[in-house]
Amino acid sequence: MLFSIYGLISASFFMSMDAVDVAFTEAAVGAGVSPLLMLATLASVGRYQKKPTDPEIPKVALLLVIITGILLIIGTLDMPAFGAADAPAHQHVAPRYIKESPEEIGIPNMVTSVLASYRAYDTLGEVVVIFTAGIGVLSLLNFRRRRRNIHLIDDIIAIDEHKILRIVSKILIPPILIFGLYVQFHGDFGPGGGFQAGVIFAAAIILYVLFFGVKYAHQVVNQTFVRVFSAIGVLLYGSVGVVSLLNGKNFLDYHVLAENPTTAQHIGILVIELGVGITVACVMILIFFSFIENIEKVIQELRK
Amino acid sequence: MISHLPILQVIIPLLGAPACLLLNRPNLAWLFSILVSVLTLITSIALLMQVQAQGTISYMLGGWEAPWGIEYRIDFINAFVLVIVSALGAITLIAAKDGISKEIAEPKQPLFYVSFLLCLAGLLGITATGDAFNIFVFLEISSLATYTLIAMGDDRRALWSSYQYLIVGTIGATFILIGIGLMYMMTGTLNIHDLAERLPAVTASNAVLASYAFILVGVALKLALFPLHFWLPNAYTYAPNIVTVFLAGTATKVAIYLLIRFNFDVYEISAPQFKYMINMVFITLGIMAVIIASWTAIYQTNIKRMLAYSSVAQIGYMILGFGLDSVSGLQASLLHLFNHALMKGGLFIALTAVALKLGKVELDDLNGLAKKMPWTFAAFVIGGLSLIGVPLTVGFVSKWYLVVAAAEQQQWYIIGFVLLGSLLAVIYIWRVVEAAWFKPPKELQNAAGNVTATTSREAPVLILIPLWILILANIYFGIDTRFPVSISQQAAQLLFGGA
Repeated sequence: MLFSIYGLISASFFMSMDAVDVAFTEAAVGAGVSPLLMLATLASVGRYQKKPTDPEIPKVALLLVIITGILLIIGTLDMPAFGAADAPAHQHVAPRYIKESPEEIGIPNMVTSVLASYRAYDTLGEVVVIFTAGIGVLSLLNFRRRRRNIHLIDDIIAIDEHKILRIVSKILIPPILIFGLYVQFHGDFGPGGGFQAGVIFAAAIILYVLFFGVKYAHQVVNQTFVRVFSAIGVLLYGSVGVVSLLNGKNFLDYHVLAENPTTAQHIGILVIELGVGITVACVMILIFFSFIENIEKVIQELRK
Repeated sequence: MISHLPILQVIIPLLGAPACLLLNRPNLAWLFSILVSVLTLITSIALLMQVQAQGTISYMLGGWEAPWGIEYRIDFINAFVLVIVSALGAITLIAAKDGISKEIAEPKQPLFYVSFLLCLAGLLGITATGDAFNIFVFLEISSLATYTLIAMGDDRRALWSSYQYLIVGTIGATFILIGIGLMYMMTGTLNIHDLAERLPAVTASNAVLASYAFILVGVALKLALFPLHFWLPNAYTYAPNIVTVFLAGTATKVAIYLLIRFNFDVYEISAPQFKYMINMVFITLGIMAVIIASWTAIYQTNIKRMLAYSSVAQIGYMILGFGLDSVSGLQASLLHLFNHALMKGGLFIALTAVALKLGKVELDDLNGLAKKMPWTFAAFVIGGLSLIGVPLTVGFVSKWYLVVAAAEQQQWYIIGFVLLGSLLAVIYIWRVVEAAWFKPPKELQNAAGNVTATTSREAPVLILIPLWILILANIYFGIDTRFPVSISQQAAQLLFGGA
């Protein structure tokens, strides 16, 4: 609960700092998905912990933390003021992004220009980070192949309860999915892009699972599907780079994709954002499914 | 394609990993990841030759020039580290199959190879890049993959040690990120080359000093510098054996590379007193690591844990050379980077072979085992001699250079400590050798009657070949020292001249 509130507050906080796209992600992940995963973990490990016999206060650690904190504050004393126009961060690299990206890349959203073209390789790295996280969760939680089509958790999501919630979510989920697609393909012009779209899309599907059960959800997306597509997203992104290589240009140089430089940039950005979106959405769903399977395992053990 | 070598180096394993996931059959995934890692190794060797021929290579990703886009910058230092990392990656993977099919459940095996390739790509990415933020991104890839790999160990304590490493590693990575953020705030750039040019102008500010401190502590956590090494013995002990081989040879090496890169290329500390102080800190911590970790190693009964403590000690030697702050000191560190990868890689592969037979590597279980597995234990003896630093092995070469570097500055006490460290190494290696070669075999009286049948055989060929490649390399580079010595010398000179 507090987790969720924290996520929502951070989202508004990012919003007020004009980082709308970060706010999107925070709202979907911080306020939605991660508290859910937290609950899923609690459900599988039990709610109470044994009290330690002699609670000792780590005095040395506390002292160290305080000293580090003081040093940090001293370190920040001569930081440039927040928002100051003459701060070094706004003087060196940034002006070129602001002045020339409309001509070089040709899209109004400069954040996307930097993220998807100038520093596209970092973004590839970040997509791989998310992919790695998915692999990590998969390898830790999926111990054995389960019998198919048994979804114990669906019994808990009883049919007749939550009627209002179900109807409301039925109304809400399609717009959320469409909004996800909008954020995905409109990232060039407004705030958004693959990361945000991916989490929004995944949030809609997770919401669906919560109210209608895993069985129906698996008819649309199952474990194997998300597993395969989380890899395909990364490969799609990477293949853009490989195409540039094969045409004799540097990795992720979009100019090979079309004659007109800005058109080429457009195409490149759209394709890689799609790759990002696919991987992010699939990994989120994959993590969620893995947690659910884990809970089902716990339920199975409890019933025995 | 030749001009694209810098990027191929990293993207072959990076894109190989998701492709490997699509295969989803353990043996196919294994063969595919060997193919990927061998290609990576070939690329890195070609890259090193290219650097030797034409000097530093700069590669602009996306075709955007340096401070705006991301740059890959390959010089002697990272080309050298790239070869070490990719060679160990390939050799480890060849040896991996038997151990992995025993230690990891079958549905998880493809995931193991995926994580392994991701880890390899991450480490190579950290090494190859010339962009500070890019370092962080690839650090995350390699760290996450490492946590996954460690957690796959079949001992339940693997989960706990992976979690411990996750907490420590995340603190380290966050510190590095804060440091990079502060640097960006003060200079407005992320490119390392550009940072080095712009940092001197603002070097007096507290924020730059704070960023230096953050990066130093962050990297020190990652490289398990004494006293921040506490996560390493657990992680190495409970990880799947083959993962330990790879991590011991690469992960801490890349962290040391980062330390060298940040200290020499990014920050130029102008105040001599401050610099002296920092170096003294490094020398002291290095000596403490060598002595205390070697001492602890002697008392371990689990040999994996013993070698893990020995790794902490070896890191101490590298830091010692680094703290001497001279061309020859740094050369000794770089040499030891290479040599330690060879000897620890060899020793841990030998342990993999043992663990494959016994299931564990407690000292008592080794009694008389050398008669049953002569090749494995012969390799262990040579690797151990190299670790001690006996002439004609690589271990001697790097210690010799370290001693010479210390003598140059008349720091005689350092020589004393290096010798003491070697003596301690003699003790802990001897315990294993004595048990395996000279003690009578233990009666296998427990219920596992079939154990006797399996222990009577030598390790599988697929483990013996990579093992002996590494062990012979220990001897070859111990006699013909030209390759590592010339490369490390050029690298050290470049750091001092070009910085």
